[in-house]
Amino acid sequence: MEPTNIRDPEYFHKVVDCQYACPAHTPVPEYIRLIAAERYTEAYMINWESNVFPGILGRTCDRPCEPACRRGRVEEEPVAICRLKRVAADHKGDVRSLMPQGPFPPNGKKIALIGGGPASLTVARDLAPLGYEIHLYDEWHKGGGMMRTQIPAFRLPEEVLDEEVGYIIDLGIHTHFNQYVASMREILEKGYDAVFVGTGAPKGRDLQLPGREEGAKNIHIGIEFLANVAFEHTDKIGRKVIVLGGGNTAMDCCRTSRRLGGDDVKVIVRSPFKDMKASPWEIEDAQEEGIPILNNMPPKEFVVENGRLKGVLFEHVKAEYDENGRRRLVSTGEPDTFVEADDVIIAIGQDNAFPWIERDLGIEFGKWDLPALDKVTFQSTLPKVFFGGDAAFGPENIITAAAHGHQAAISIDRYCQGGDVHDRPAPMTNLIHQKMGIHEWMYDSYVVTDQRYKVPHESKVLTLTNRKVEVELGFDRGVGFQEAQRCLNCDVQTVFTDSKCIECDACVDICPTSCITFTENGEEEDLRARLNAPASNTSQDLYVSEPLPTKRVMVKDEDVCLHCGLCAERCPTAAWDMQKYLYNVTKACKIL
Amino acid sequence: MTYIKPKFRHPGLPKNTLGYSRADYEGAISTLCAGCGHDSISGSIVQACYEMSIEPHRLAKVSGIGCSSKTPTYFLENSHGFNSVHGRMPSVTTGANMANRDLIYLGVSGDGDSASIGMGQFCHVIRRNINMTYIVMNNGCYGLTKGQDSATTDFGSVSKGGSKGLYQSIDLIGLALELGATFVARSFSGDKTQLIPLIKAAMSHPGFALLDVLSPCVTFNNNVGSTKSYDYVRDHIEATSVLDFVPEEEEITVSYPEGGSASVTLHDGSQLLLHKLSPHWDPTDRHSAVNRLQQAKKQGEILTGLLYIDPQSQDLHDIMGTYSKPLNSLQEEDLCPGSATLEKINASFR
Repeated sequence: MEPTNIRDPEYFHKVVDCQYACPAHTPVPEYIRLIAAERYTEAYMINWESNVFPGILGRTCDRPCEPACRRGRVEEEPVAICRLKRVAADHKGDVRSLMPQGPFPPNGKKIALIGGGPASLTVARDLAPLGYEIHLYDEWHKGGGMMRTQIPAFRLPEEVLDEEVGYIIDLGIHTHFNQYVASMREILEKGYDAVFVGTGAPKGRDLQLPGREEGAKNIHIGIEFLANVAFEHTDKIGRKVIVLGGGNTAMDCCRTSRRLGGDDVKVIVRSPFKDMKASPWEIEDAQEEGIPILNNMPPKEFVVENGRLKGVLFEHVKAEYDENGRRRLVSTGEPDTFVEADDVIIAIGQDNAFPWIERDLGIEFGKWDLPALDKVTFQSTLPKVFFGGDAAFGPENIITAAAHGHQAAISIDRYCQGGDVHDRPAPMTNLIHQKMGIHEWMYDSYVVTDQRYKVPHESKVLTLTNRKVEVELGFDRGVGFQEAQRCLNCDVQTVFTDSKCIECDACVDICPTSCITFTENGEEEDLRARLNAPASNTSQDLYVSEPLPTKRVMVKDEDVCLHCGLCAERCPTAAWDMQKYLYNVTKACKIL
Repeated sequence: MTYIKPKFRHPGLPKNTLGYSRADYEGAISTLCAGCGHDSISGSIVQACYEMSIEPHRLAKVSGIGCSSKTPTYFLENSHGFNSVHGRMPSVTTGANMANRDLIYLGVSGDGDSASIGMGQFCHVIRRNINMTYIVMNNGCYGLTKGQDSATTDFGSVSKGGSKGLYQSIDLIGLALELGATFVARSFSGDKTQLIPLIKAAMSHPGFALLDVLSPCVTFNNNVGSTKSYDYVRDHIEATSVLDFVPEEEEITVSYPEGGSASVTLHDGSQLLLHKLSPHWDPTDRHSAVNRLQQAKKQGEILTGLLYIDPQSQDLHDIMGTYSKPLNSLQEEDLCPGSATLEKINASFR
């Protein structure tokens, strides 16, 4: 193999698995260390700079970071990254004074943001300090978009949402609430220098089965139901409720139903339980509230008698897989099952919808009626119009919307300043030596063996009777510290300088997880088979040095390195060094 | 400030035939200087015992005093151990071995412990052919007391302070050959591919097996001009052979070109396969070993590898015809066989 180029900013970035997996590339280990040091305010600000909604995401994030966490590869469970973010938000001090302070001198450019969700708010946050006059349009009376309409209050209290939306609105954003934008042409005619579309995926999928129309009064679309509850247009539901669908929206619908009078709530999915799209913890929380999940039952018919919904008829199927692993649901031949219901909620997915964008404006649409966009710049075929969030490439999640918002903001700034939108700023990177003395590092190198801590829940007596009572209580400071200590500090990199190595093998002998091998070089596949411990996880890189005096090379498998620093500790010549790698995605404007 | 080895190990570590992984043969975290050659030897012992599927409770590690003699703490933490008096590891091991012949004895010593204060013990344990592996972690200086010259410091070797070695050094290998040792080998801490099979062969040898391992002292004897530094040893190393240790139950899979190889069958049926790099040398011929050693010395080479092995080796128990069981397993009837037996013995003297 060729020697590893550690000067490539992406090499060490990839070693920080959580940060790499995060769409916004939040410097996770950096803020977790701050939480351990009880510096919650600083931890919050690192998050705010990167993902804009720490308190919201600390409760609702889809957590792409956690399955990636290295800890999950050396023991049972990853670090509770998401809930640690909430610890920073819950215990922070004054953060407002650390945020950009307006009023900002105007730069003469006007921008319209359509939709008040996380993508638009991120664009607003990044561009307002640069002096842009920002006009935010939303059909509801407050900002927040799907965070407000689709996430129930028992998972995300309104105060948290209002606070973090407020930080952005207070940067001097011109809000046009209660104003549904029905025509892109009208917006374009208003003379904005650029328009950002962050309208999400607002159309819940329907299920056209016999009886759908007759039973319409008691058959609801998931996201519409959630929005109606959020805005208090709906405050009760029947005693028996069936939720169709296996995603996170279905979980929110069934749990919301439990709180509105549904005491016999069932989730029924058409495919096997293991194929459910909902996050495992959301499924767990639903089950804990006494909601059974029935699987392998596709609905066949809404049964309506005398104009009133009686229930749903289900088939029974099993999953069969062909040689390509493709799934097919085949009937088991069992008789159909009728499940009684007073109300049915259909939560089987959502789609983008742009009925308000006229198709003769030069904004091209492609497959599934999604806009044709540049994947990096988020620019549409009409140069002054940009898209982001779920509106860009279909439904994703909040953290992805924030990541899109940052990139779209850069594009909009470039575009408005007459620059090239393809000219993207490099990430900010820094490697800082961590040695302080013998056995002393600037980070806490000790690897604890604590298992993942569970977040305490509020009593069900309270939560199931009031939909606004938050279920999760969050970690207190003490448990927050203990959980933070589980972080392996993967951003503190093992940096190898081959010219200093005397090949004494001290690092090989000490390494607890047998990551390091000195051996003859070879092709990657061959090398992986020859290391001291099997290097079968090919998604993790091998760090290969230049040839050493004995013609061998140092090969380090990054896979299960604990970043404990013992290789550097035992290295007599400091050929190994622990260096903290900070990688930060550059934003349109400097926030911190 | 922490200096603790994390508990986590690589989840995919292979297991040996006993179901143990390499981690089960480790010890406490080393407190020797960073980069000490001794740590590599400890690592090699761990690897060798793991590969040989030795049950940890069947091994006893015995040491004397010195940096080398601290190392048994850093490997095989589930085995028996005895950290004895300076230079007295051989007599403690002799006693243990006499009392319990079923254990595997691993003696660890250094150049000070063996070639100075323990020289007499070293010679006599060889003469008696005690069944043990005797590893000398040889760094050519007194590392634990700031690097003064030891008895194995070569003549003219430059110390860290700049002074040159004044005296002829003791070559433990040459001495052992002279004293009739039945297994003599030398290796280098920085060459595990050679060291690990040698440790395995030494532990399988029925009798006294000497392994003199050059082990640079990074703190006091790794300077330019030292003959025991990493660089010097690497530049002057000369191997007699490439050695493969093949346990009895395993098939021989390596093959070497004809003429250049030799195979030695050990007492327990294991085989040593030697790919000879030195011509005119026979590993089972003491004279050719002595000659090859002298020749290497003259040419300024550090000769490593297996130098001599006596496949007919008989250990002290065989020589003395001792009882076949460990003393701690003897029952009353073994110890007091009764008046009939006494009669028989008395009759034999009439």
